[in-house]
Amino acid sequence: MAAPDVIVIGGGLHGCSSALHLARRGLAVTLLEKDHVGRHASGVNAGGVRRLGRHVAEIPLSLAAMELWHGIRDLVDDDCGFESHGQVKVAESEAELEILRRRVAELGTLGYSHEELLGADGLREILPAVSPHCTGALLCRADGAANPYRTTLAFKRKAESLGARIEEGRRVTGLRRVRGLWRIETAEGAAFESPVVINCAGAWADRIAALLGEPVPLEVWALMLMISGRLPPFIRPVVGTVARPLSFKQFANGTVLIGGGYRGRAERDRNWTELDFRGLAQSAETVWDLFPAMRGAEIVRAWAGIEARMPDDIPVIGPSSTEEQLFHAFGFSGHGFQLGPIVGALIAELVTGGRSNLPLAPFRVDRFQKGPA
Amino acid sequence: MSDLAGLKASYELAVVGAGPAGLAAATLAAELGIDTLLIDEQDGPGGQIYRAIARSPLGEPAILGADYWQGATLLAPFRASGAAYLPGAAVWSVSRALEIGVSAGGTARLIQAKHVILATGALERPFPIPGWTLPGVMTAGAAQILLKSSGLVAEGEIVLAGSGPLLWLVAAQYLRAGARIAALLDTTPRANRSAALRHFPAFLVSSYFAKGIALMRAVKRRVRVVRNVTALAGEGQSRLETVVYREEDGRERHLPANLLLLHQGVTPNLNLANATGCAQAWDERQLCFKPVVDGWGASSIDGVSIAGDGAGIAGAAAAEARGRLAALAAAAKLGRIASAERDRRAAAHRAALARAERGRAFLDTLYRPAKAFRVPQGDVVACRCEEVSAREIVAAVALGCSGPNQMKSFLRCGMGPCQGRLCGLTVSELIADARGLSPAAVGYYRLRPPVKPITLAELAGLPKSSEAVKAVERS
Repeated sequence: MAAPDVIVIGGGLHGCSSALHLARRGLAVTLLEKDHVGRHASGVNAGGVRRLGRHVAEIPLSLAAMELWHGIRDLVDDDCGFESHGQVKVAESEAELEILRRRVAELGTLGYSHEELLGADGLREILPAVSPHCTGALLCRADGAANPYRTTLAFKRKAESLGARIEEGRRVTGLRRVRGLWRIETAEGAAFESPVVINCAGAWADRIAALLGEPVPLEVWALMLMISGRLPPFIRPVVGTVARPLSFKQFANGTVLIGGGYRGRAERDRNWTELDFRGLAQSAETVWDLFPAMRGAEIVRAWAGIEARMPDDIPVIGPSSTEEQLFHAFGFSGHGFQLGPIVGALIAELVTGGRSNLPLAPFRVDRFQKGPA
Repeated sequence: MSDLAGLKASYELAVVGAGPAGLAAATLAAELGIDTLLIDEQDGPGGQIYRAIARSPLGEPAILGADYWQGATLLAPFRASGAAYLPGAAVWSVSRALEIGVSAGGTARLIQAKHVILATGALERPFPIPGWTLPGVMTAGAAQILLKSSGLVAEGEIVLAGSGPLLWLVAAQYLRAGARIAALLDTTPRANRSAALRHFPAFLVSSYFAKGIALMRAVKRRVRVVRNVTALAGEGQSRLETVVYREEDGRERHLPANLLLLHQGVTPNLNLANATGCAQAWDERQLCFKPVVDGWGASSIDGVSIAGDGAGIAGAAAAEARGRLAALAAAAKLGRIASAERDRRAAAHRAALARAERGRAFLDTLYRPAKAFRVPQGDVVACRCEEVSAREIVAAVALGCSGPNQMKSFLRCGMGPCQGRLCGLTVSELIADARGLSPAAVGYYRLRPPVKPITLAELAGLPKSSEAVKAVERS
C-alpha cells in the first residue's frame, strides 16, 4: 500500500478530528490508535460543550468550535447527542459574584460578549433548583453538552467515509526519519511511513515526543465522574461553580452526571484508573450544598478517564519545536472536548498551508522551556 | 454488630458474603486467630442457597428439602469462631489497596483490610425473551427468595420455563408449599443430552444423581412437563396473560398464565471482583466469564481471593471447601501458619472439593442453555435499566462499537443501577454473535465502583481529602 500523506497518532477526538479535516482537504490519512477509538479521555469525559470560563487564549478557538458544534450534523452526519441548554457558573457569595463581574468586564475590554452576568433573580429563573444561598452566575446560553463517545465515533466514521484509514490496536513504539519520511514502528510489528506525523496521543503524547527527544512537561491524571439514578427533571443547563470543583448536568433520562476536578489515580501503562472516594465525597458534599433536590439521590456509578494536562492548563497545539513535519495537539484535560471540531481544522491548516487562521502562539510546545518566552 | 460505628478502622481479613464459602472462610480464619470481619448484604447468614437459614418463616422444614438445612451446620461454628459479623451491609468497593467501601443503615465507611476474600456467589443467567420485562414474569430464583425469606407462594396459573437443577428444585418446593403449577416448559436443547452422555458415569456416582432423579420424578407426577421447547415468549397488555412457546414441530402453543418463572442456570457474580480489577476469562462450557484464580482462590490482584460460586459455578458443597482453602492461604500469607501447615490442612478440603465437583461436567453440559435463549433478537430488551434492545446493540456494532465498553458509552447499556448484572452476558454474547467472534474475544463490561448504589448522603458523609486533587502521575 502507498504511504499516506499524513499519519495521526492517537484515536481520541483530536486525532479523529484531525484525520477528518485532513481527509476533507484530500490528503491520504492513516490514524494509529493503541487501544480503540475513544477508549480514554475522549470517550469518557463529561461531554461539556463549553465556552464559559475559558482561558483567554482559548476563546477564539472555543468560539469557532461552537459554530461547528451548532452545525455538527453537517460536519459528521450525526448529531453527536449535542443539546444546547446553556452552561452556568454559580457564585455562592457576594465575593464570588464580584469575581464574575470582573470576568465579564475583562472579556468586554477584549471584545467578547458570550458570557452573560446574572443576579440572584436571573439565576433562579434558569436554575430554580439551586440552593437559595447562591448569589448569581455567569451564563453562556448557546453552550451545552454532547455524548463524548458517540461524538468521537462520529468523527472517526466520517473520516473513514472520506478515505482515512483507522488502525486500532497499533501502539507506536518507534518514530524516526528514514530518507525524508517518518518511519513509525508499532508494538504489533507493523511499520508505517509518511512525510507528516500528527501527535494526538493524549496522556501518552509525551512518550511520542520523547521518541524524538522533545521534552514535554505533561502530567497524567484521572478526573473522576459519577452518575446518579433517575430523578424527576429539575435542571436543564450544565452547572459549575466559581470556587468549588463541580460540573453538573441532568440527562434527558433523568440521571445526573457529577464531575468537576477531583482526581483518582491514573496508571497509564495498565490503562487503569483507581477511584478515590475521599475526593468523590467532596463532590457529593458540593452537590448536597447546591442542589437540595439531590439529597436523596443514589449514586450508581463512578469512573475516571486517563487525561493529559499541561502545567499552565492550556493545551499544546502546533508544530514541533525540534522537528520539521511533526505537529502536536494534546494536553487538553478538562477542556478539550468542545475544542475537538476546531483543533482538527487548525491542524489541517498547519499541515497544508503552514499557518492557521486562528492565533496558536499561546499553545507553542516550547513555552515551557527556560529562557525568554 | 448492627451498625458501622462498631467497626474497627482495619481488619486483617475481610470476607464479603455470608453464603457457604464466606461462612466457611470466615469461620476457619477466625479459628486460626486471624482478626476477621464478615460483611453480608442480608439480615442473616446463609447467602442465596441458605437464605434465612437462621430464621426460616416456614413452619414445615420439608418444603425446602434436606440440602437447605445442611446450611444450618455452618452456623454454630461461625458464631463460636469469634469472627466479627456485619449483616445488612453492602460492600460497594474494594480497591487494589484493599480499602473496602461499605454502607449500612444509611451511612458509609471505608475499612482497611490486609487480605480480602470475595464470596459473592452466583446470579441467575439473564433470560432475555420477548416479554421478560412484563409484570408477572420473574426469575425462579426470585420466587425462591420470596419463599425462603417470607414463606410466600404465588397463586393462580403458574408456568415455569427454562432448564437446570434450580428450576426443578423451585418447582418441587412450590409444590410442597401447596402451589399449583400449570406447566413446566423445559428448554434444555435435545442435542445437549448426547453431548452430556460422556460425563454421565461421573454424574452417576455423584450426590446429584439420586437427588436429581427423585426431584424430577416428584415434579413430573404432578406437573405437565413439556420438553424440547425451542422458543418462548410472555405476552399481555399491561402484565403477563399468556405464555407462548414452540416445540420442535415449530407449532406455536399458548398457555394462559399470570406468573411465569424463568431460569436457565446461574453464573458467577463477579461485579465486585471485576470492579476491583481482578482478571477474568470466558468459560465456554459454563458460557460465562469467571475470575482467574489459582488453587487457593487467589486472584490476579495481590491480597484478593475469590471463593465459592463467585469464582466459577460448582455448588454449595464445593463453595464450603473453596472458602476453607482461601482461608488457609490467607492465614499463611498473614503469617499465622507455615506453608507446610497450610498444605497439610488443605488436603481434606481438596478431597471434599473433588467430591463436590464430581458430576458437575454432566450438569454443565446437559443444561448449557440454547443460543436462542441467550442471544435475543429484534425488539427484545437486553439492558433493562436503560431499556436498550437487541436491535439497537446490533446496529451499534455495525457503527463500529466493537465491545461491551464501547456499547456502554454509546447506548448507556449496563450503566444503570444493576451495573450490568442483568445484561452483561447478554450484551457480550450479542456483540460476539454480530461480529462472528467468541465472547472471549469481545470481553465483558469493565465495571466500576460503587458496584451497589450508594446515596449521595452516604458518599458526602465519608472522610474527605484534598489529596484527591493532587493525585497526579508525574512523567
